[in-house]
Amino acid sequence: MIQQSTSRLPDSASRRRFLVSSARTAGGAALAGLGIGLYSQQSVSLPAEALRPPGALAEHDFLSACVRCGMCVRDCPFDTLRLATLGDSVTIGTPYFTARDVPCEMCDDIPCVKACPSGALDHSLENIDDARMGLAVLLDEENCLNFQGLRCDVCYRVCPAINKAITLEHVSNIRSGKHAMFIPTVHSDHCTGCGKCERACVLDEVAIKVLPLNLAKGELGQHYRWGWKEKEKAGGSLVTPDTQHKYNLPKDQRYDYEGEGLIFDNEASNDSPFSSDPLSTLNQGMKEAP
Amino acid sequence: MIAQRLPNTAAIQSKGWLLAHKWLLARRFSQLTILALFMIGPWLDIWLVKGNLSSSLTLNTLPLTDPYVLLQSLFAGHSLEATAITGAAIVIIFYLLVGGRVYCSWVCPVNIITDFAHWLQQRFNIKAATSISRNYRYWLLAATLLLALTTGNMAWETVNPVAMVQRGLIFGMGMAWIVLFAIFLYDLLISRRGWCNHLCPVGAFYSLLGTHSPLRVRADAREQCDDCMDCFVVCPEQQVITPALKGEEKSIGPVITSANCTNCGRCIDVCAKNVFHFGLRLNNKIKHNKPKQNINNHTSHSTGAEAL
Repeated sequence: MIQQSTSRLPDSASRRRFLVSSARTAGGAALAGLGIGLYSQQSVSLPAEALRPPGALAEHDFLSACVRCGMCVRDCPFDTLRLATLGDSVTIGTPYFTARDVPCEMCDDIPCVKACPSGALDHSLENIDDARMGLAVLLDEENCLNFQGLRCDVCYRVCPAINKAITLEHVSNIRSGKHAMFIPTVHSDHCTGCGKCERACVLDEVAIKVLPLNLAKGELGQHYRWGWKEKEKAGGSLVTPDTQHKYNLPKDQRYDYEGEGLIFDNEASNDSPFSSDPLSTLNQGMKEAP
Repeated sequence: MIAQRLPNTAAIQSKGWLLAHKWLLARRFSQLTILALFMIGPWLDIWLVKGNLSSSLTLNTLPLTDPYVLLQSLFAGHSLEATAITGAAIVIIFYLLVGGRVYCSWVCPVNIITDFAHWLQQRFNIKAATSISRNYRYWLLAATLLLALTTGNMAWETVNPVAMVQRGLIFGMGMAWIVLFAIFLYDLLISRRGWCNHLCPVGAFYSLLGTHSPLRVRADAREQCDDCMDCFVVCPEQQVITPALKGEEKSIGPVITSANCTNCGRCIDVCAKNVFHFGLRLNNKIKHNKPKQNINNHTSHSTGAEAL
């Protein structure tokens, strides 16, 4: 009995000591893990001016894939890409570029994607025109020279997809009353987000910037449908058919819905008190004036 | 103030300075060469090796990938390309053979700094006595993988000082100097061998990887030991020596089987009696108690117990 208890005591004491020290160690690791986790969650928000290389997976997937080896940086012939260091606001060790400093030159053979060992840059990207590093957005209409009616056009001229990714839309210049304004307009189905426009903007602070797609693009609510597209798809109205508007017109008059407007079948039957020439109506009585 | 006797004094006297530093010099040569191979690219435009220790391409043909990074990526929910998997397989096979923690002592650049901190401690008798469990690193290793799983990104890689320093040297340090300096101060003043042997989950991963590696340090001439304690003083993982060196009465073989042994070979250097040498894990039998018997109690016996 005594023998038993003396032999068990140190046993349970050492077991207790083992459990306590294990728990302490595990607790410490959990605490460190929590800290690292919180820090990493904070550091994964990509600042808007940092763009990922072509073919980069969506940001969350990219961060699970990128091994931070910097091989894309090495194989970029234009030294566009950088690896984020501690202190940068980009997740440490991951590649990015700042369009205003050095934009992507859109190499035909896409060496950065080929260099990626992990698939963080998607190897299925074969045509650089299909890259979507971001989307150019003309942010500041108040300072953009073209919006003032000047012919700057620099963003439009430097665009590698000129007349596709950026077009100039003509709008009348209300200020001068007689000129046109050439408004640079970005089209997302062609813009690769290379950042050449942002690099070239002549203003001290850029008016056109490449933003990550999630910031640059709006999106229609899932349950919304464009009525006219659905109608076209279905080959006819999906709801109550359009009723044709009816005018109660005098005899011999019709209304053309396709754009002709009011049509008089018989000029002679026009018994209106007004002249057919609106000017004569407007000038009525002018000749008699002293 | 200055320590009475440096641990390699006897060895220098009996073997000469060069032989008493053989493996240390080889290790520094290896660490610096690997670093240099990465750095002559950006510095001198000689591209033998591209990338960094996380993933690299040598001579445009040989891909190498850190299997720990690959594992984190898998936990984060990404299945890597074939190149990365091939690269990791090559690295895994290498460390399975030579011992996982060869990464720590022969490759990792942070080791140079922590060794320096330890050298300063010895030289100037600095006590850094905060004790943290040596198992902490394994818990932290588990925590990093759990984090990758729960956050969906490689959380550990946002703070990993080992990757940060090596990548920093090649691609630009930024503020990573601060982290390196913090590790140095921590090792020097707070916890002896604190980073590499208690905290670092990278080392923990490689420990586990090399648990059964055939290349080991052996204390075959342990009967020569004169208890000078020099090997214990220099060994980064002191506890691994004891069973092999002093285990004869307990029928423990002369091979240092613990996965925590970094195969740094410093014990071989400082032993004036040439007790240690590099050898294979096989033939781990007791010489004197049971001579010429067919009991080859190698590997399985002692490894498991020491590993964790």
